[in-house]
Amino acid sequence: MAEPLRVLRKEWVFAYLLLTPLFVLLSMFAFIPALQTLWSSLHSKGTARRPAQFVGMENYDAMLADPTFWLVLENNLWYAAVVIPVSMALALLMALWANRAMSMRGWVRCAYFTPTMLPMIAAANLWLFFYTPDLGLLDQITGLFGQGPTNWLGQPQTALGAVMVVTIWKEAGFFMIFYLAALQTIPPELRDAARLEGASRWQYGRRVLWPLLAPTTLFILINALINSVKLVDHLFILTKGGPNNASKLLLYWIWETAFAYMDTPSAAVLTVILLAGLGLIAVFQFRYAERRVHYQ
Amino acid sequence: MDTVLIAPATRRAVRLPSLDTLGAHALALLWIAPLLYACWAAFRDPSAALNFDWRSGWTLQNFSAAWDRAPWLRYILNTTLLVLTILAGQFVLCTLAAYAFARFRFFGSQFLFMLLLLQLFILPEVLIVENYRMVALLGWTDTVWGMGVPYMASAFGVFLLRQAFKQVPRELEDAARLEGCSRLGVLWRVYVPLVKPVYLAYALVSVSSHWNNFLWPLVISSSEHTRPLTVGLSLFGAPESGVSIALISAATLMTIFPLLLGFLLFQKQFMQAFLRAGIR
Repeated sequence: MAEPLRVLRKEWVFAYLLLTPLFVLLSMFAFIPALQTLWSSLHSKGTARRPAQFVGMENYDAMLADPTFWLVLENNLWYAAVVIPVSMALALLMALWANRAMSMRGWVRCAYFTPTMLPMIAAANLWLFFYTPDLGLLDQITGLFGQGPTNWLGQPQTALGAVMVVTIWKEAGFFMIFYLAALQTIPPELRDAARLEGASRWQYGRRVLWPLLAPTTLFILINALINSVKLVDHLFILTKGGPNNASKLLLYWIWETAFAYMDTPSAAVLTVILLAGLGLIAVFQFRYAERRVHYQ
Repeated sequence: MDTVLIAPATRRAVRLPSLDTLGAHALALLWIAPLLYACWAAFRDPSAALNFDWRSGWTLQNFSAAWDRAPWLRYILNTTLLVLTILAGQFVLCTLAAYAFARFRFFGSQFLFMLLLLQLFILPEVLIVENYRMVALLGWTDTVWGMGVPYMASAFGVFLLRQAFKQVPRELEDAARLEGCSRLGVLWRVYVPLVKPVYLAYALVSVSSHWNNFLWPLVISSSEHTRPLTVGLSLFGAPESGVSIALISAATLMTIFPLLLGFLLFQKQFMQAFLRAGIR
C-alpha cells in the first residue's frame, strides 16, 4: 500500500484497542481456563494441609482404569450415534414437508420448530411425566394394548433411549430450519427438468436434491456433533445419569465429579478428554467444511 | 409424446401430495402433542389430568398453586436481567472486534482470528470447573454479572457482524471520514445503523439460547436473588417434591410463556434469525 507507515501504525494501535476487551474476556473464560484444566489434570487433589502435587499422568491412568469412564464414554458415543442421524433425517423430512405448498403450512412449520424454543429443563419436566411408570402417558398408551407398566427411566436398558428421544424431539425442528432455507434456494426449474427427463421422485432426491443439500448437511452435522457434547440439561431432571450410570453423559459426569464429589483433578481429566474431542470436530470442520464456509 | 409424459405427472400430482400433506400434518401433531397435553393438563384438576378425564371442568387452580410455591416473578426478572446483560456485553464487544477484523489491516490479524475461531469449540459449558474458579476468584459468584460474563466474548457474534460490516460499501466510510467523523464515530453512525437487521437476528438467537441456558447458571447461582427460570423450574419439578403433573404443566407454561409468546408473535423473524445465524 502507498499509505505512509505512520498511518498504518496508528491503524494497528486502533485495531488492537478495538480487540482488547474481547480478547481479555476470551482469555479469562476460554484460553486460560483451558490451559488451567490441562495443568490441574496433571496434579493431585490438594487439601487444606497438603497442597496439590504434580503427579504427571497418574490421574489419566486412574481414569482409564475406571470402568465407569468407559461406560460413560460409550453412553455418549451411543447418544451421538443415534441422536445425530435420527434428528438430521427427521429434520430433512420435516423440511421437505414444510416446504410444500399446502394449506396450514405455517402451522406445520411452527409445530416442528416450537420444541426448539423450550428450555431443555421444561421439556424434561413434561417428558418425565410421560415416562412415569403406570401413571405416565406412555404406559397408559401401551396399557391400551394390554402391556404392563414399564419403568422407562428406571431401568438400564431403556434409560438412555428415553433421554435420546427427548433430545431428538428438541433438536429435529432446529435443524429443519437450515434444510428449509437450503431447499428454498434451489430453483424449481431443476425439479421440472428432472421430471421432463422422467426421473422419479426418489431419483430426483438422490441425484439432485441430496448433492445440493450437502453443504447444509455438513453444517448441521457439525452443530449436531457439538450439541451431542453440550446437551445434558435433561439428565438433571430425567435420570441424573442413572440407573447405575446407564444414561450418564460426559458433561453431566464432569459436573457431578467437580461439584458433587469435589474431585477437581478427575473433572479436569474428563474436561481435557472432552476438549480433545471437540478439537477433533474443529479439525474436521476446518479441513472439510472450510471450502464452503469462507471465513475471510 | 406429450401426453405420455404428462399423464404420470398429473396422476402423481393428484395422489401423492395428499399423502405427503397427511404425513406432514400427522408429524406436526405428534411433535406438538407433548405441549398440547401440557396446555390441557395445566387447566385441569390434578387427578383428572392424570386419568385423562376429558369431561372434568377447567380450572385455574394449578396456576395459583404453582405461583405460590416459588418466586416466579423474581426468577423471570433474573432471567430477563441475565439475558439483557449478556446481550449488551455481546453487542459492545463483538461490534468493536468485528469492526477491527472487517476494516483494518494489522499485524497478526489472521492469527488472532484463528484464535477467536477456537472459541467456537471451547464451549463454556465444558469449562465449567475452571470458569467457576475464575468467577469465584473475582468474587462474582451468585451474581447475574458472573453468570453472564463468560458468554460475552462470542466468536459467533464477531463472525456474524464482521461479515455484515464487510458488505457495507467503503465509500460511505470514506465520505464520513472526509466530513470529519472519527473512526469510532464512523462505526457508530455508519456501520451500526446499516446492519441493524443483523443485530436483530443476533439478538433473537442470543436471547432465546440464554433464556434456556441451565448448566452454567446452576453452577453460579446459589440463592433466590440470582436464580434464573430454568434453575428455578428444575428445583420446582424435582420428583422428590411430589408435585402433580397438572402443577408441573402450569409452572412449565408460566415459565415458557414469555419466550413462547415472543416466538409465536415474531415467528418469521425468529426463524429468519436462526437462518441468518446459521448461514453466516
